[in-house]
Amino acid sequence: MNSHAIVSWPEEANQHRRTDLTTFESSYRAEITAIHRLTAQEKLYRLQIIDPHQRQGFCFQPGQFVMLEIPGIGEAPFSISSPASRKGDLELCIRRAGTVTDFLDKVPRGTQVGLRGPFGTHFPMEQMVDHNILLIAGGLGLAPLRSPIAYVQENRSRFQTVDIVYGTKDPSQLLFTYQYDQWRADDLNLEIIVDQADAAWQGRTGQVTAVLAELFAGRNEDYFTNTYAIVCGPPVMFQFVCAALTAKDIPMAKMFVSLERRMHCGMGKCCRCNVGSTYTCLSGPVFDYWTVMNLKEAI
Amino acid sequence: MIFRVLPKQGLEGLFALLAAEQPVIGPVERDLDRHGRPIYGFAEVTDFASLRLDYTTTKLSAKEFFLPHREELATFQISGQQWQKEVDYHGGQPTVLFGLHACDINALNKLDKVLLKGVYPMPYYAAKRQNKFIVGIDCRPQPHCFCRSMGADTARHGFDLFLTDLGESYFVEILSDTAFTLFKKIPTREPAEADHLRYRQLAADKKGQFTAQVDTTDLTKILDLEFQSEVWRHWGDRCLSCGTCANVCPTCYCYGVHEQVGLDLSRAVKDKTLYSCNLIDFAEVAGGHNFRPQSHNRLKYRYYHKHRGFVEAYEESLCVGCGRCSESCLAGITVPAVIDSIRGGEI
Repeated sequence: MNSHAIVSWPEEANQHRRTDLTTFESSYRAEITAIHRLTAQEKLYRLQIIDPHQRQGFCFQPGQFVMLEIPGIGEAPFSISSPASRKGDLELCIRRAGTVTDFLDKVPRGTQVGLRGPFGTHFPMEQMVDHNILLIAGGLGLAPLRSPIAYVQENRSRFQTVDIVYGTKDPSQLLFTYQYDQWRADDLNLEIIVDQADAAWQGRTGQVTAVLAELFAGRNEDYFTNTYAIVCGPPVMFQFVCAALTAKDIPMAKMFVSLERRMHCGMGKCCRCNVGSTYTCLSGPVFDYWTVMNLKEAI
Repeated sequence: MIFRVLPKQGLEGLFALLAAEQPVIGPVERDLDRHGRPIYGFAEVTDFASLRLDYTTTKLSAKEFFLPHREELATFQISGQQWQKEVDYHGGQPTVLFGLHACDINALNKLDKVLLKGVYPMPYYAAKRQNKFIVGIDCRPQPHCFCRSMGADTARHGFDLFLTDLGESYFVEILSDTAFTLFKKIPTREPAEADHLRYRQLAADKKGQFTAQVDTTDLTKILDLEFQSEVWRHWGDRCLSCGTCANVCPTCYCYGVHEQVGLDLSRAVKDKTLYSCNLIDFAEVAGGHNFRPQSHNRLKYRYYHKHRGFVEAYEESLCVGCGRCSESCLAGITVPAVIDSIRGGEI
């Protein structure tokens, strides 16, 4: 492992850990500065914490999430999709799926919302230095992976082979299509597969596990012992992908998943995200696969 | 700890002293059930005579004074695109809780671990917890009580003073300086050897009076081993997913948050309502995926949280054995029966 750390995370990471009683409901005020439509269901919201000092002090790490609140409508958790280096200039990739997101779908740019966080665990990017990285996303699972991808891009020389395997139901659901060329230009090997092709689709059709099998066939033993995997997707995808990875003896402690759960607080109180009595908001959303194996009904 | 002996007639004086300064909440008879037995509950008491310190158990625990069923987390003043958020922790005025049983005191101690300790203490709970003066009182085991199995039959901390009825007098355990100061105005005496003996005799008698019990030996491992057990399905089939157990539970703290805009659009409220992991949408996420879609998934989760996960996190169970859930369950599901069946692998 490389001895020189890229960024000295621990101190910054602790800044948001609030232990006094005055901040439980305190939120940052943020403005939605831009909205981009990505697909029929998903939009990318760019948010800026309004106070410049708070914006600069908003330190998060790839994989963490925020609670976004629209006064009177509700509050919901969203993983951060933007580079950690951008701090309080955040991007959230949001699917229209419930009360808060339906409302968000209708708001214009300039709307002010409340933000709490950052919350939860993160992908240990500093640990992955000098290793290969295999990022596997299914559908909206690409949203939390965009932050670690940006981290790898910014620090490309510190990582070995980097693959992104991404699958969606059909080509219309592919997210961040405008970034694919840049990812490839930064020497990230991007493999895309869709479940159902449309008339214009020239790429592969099938499941992400098919891409993995193909990818693994071309890799030697060393690759598997020196690889970190990051996985995020719908519940059914985890089982197949994680099985494919463990079959190749990628250590379970080097496989990281990001789990989705219902959350009403983000601070280990409401219990809605509990798996057993493990709070996804405190001990997750990023878990290593060994931990997941020991949590009943986690995936 | 400091021990004193308070003659029985002195208790009214203690009550009056406390009631002169702040509201006193204590056990009262609310009504009679269909068998003509009293239904007890906690309510504000102004008259010492209406205090029922001989109460068996209350339907609801004292949790409601610390974690109200519904509470405002924040309010918003809205004007066009602009909004302001206002937060009030609703600490309220200092209040006395007079006559809590050990199980309810221990329940608060367990809640403290989650709600006061850790990375994000909860100020709404802390504000109410900090300004309560708690008087505990000993009790007799009821048919549903299995507090002894859960190690919650005696309270070691979490109260200001604790009374044990010795017959002619109360044996008083004094735990706070506020309580100690109070007794400067009330005549008490040093316990004599005879008082110690009587106290120990009562404790020994109580031990023999429990009819319900739970074997917690290796329970975390057994729950792990029996995760796929068919027994869960049996209990799940009986469970009505009504959430009554969580409602009456002194340690259940999970909740949901809802926001609502006022009719004139100038104000919005963010409410927190206690919830139950047995309710069908507890773990359902936006888009409709439910992580615990079936009744037995949810019932099992409840037992895993209380008897496995919490033990792993805090070295103790999130159950005080008060038996309220067993007594209130519309389907007749009791904790001792569920745990027995899981241990035995059969109904």
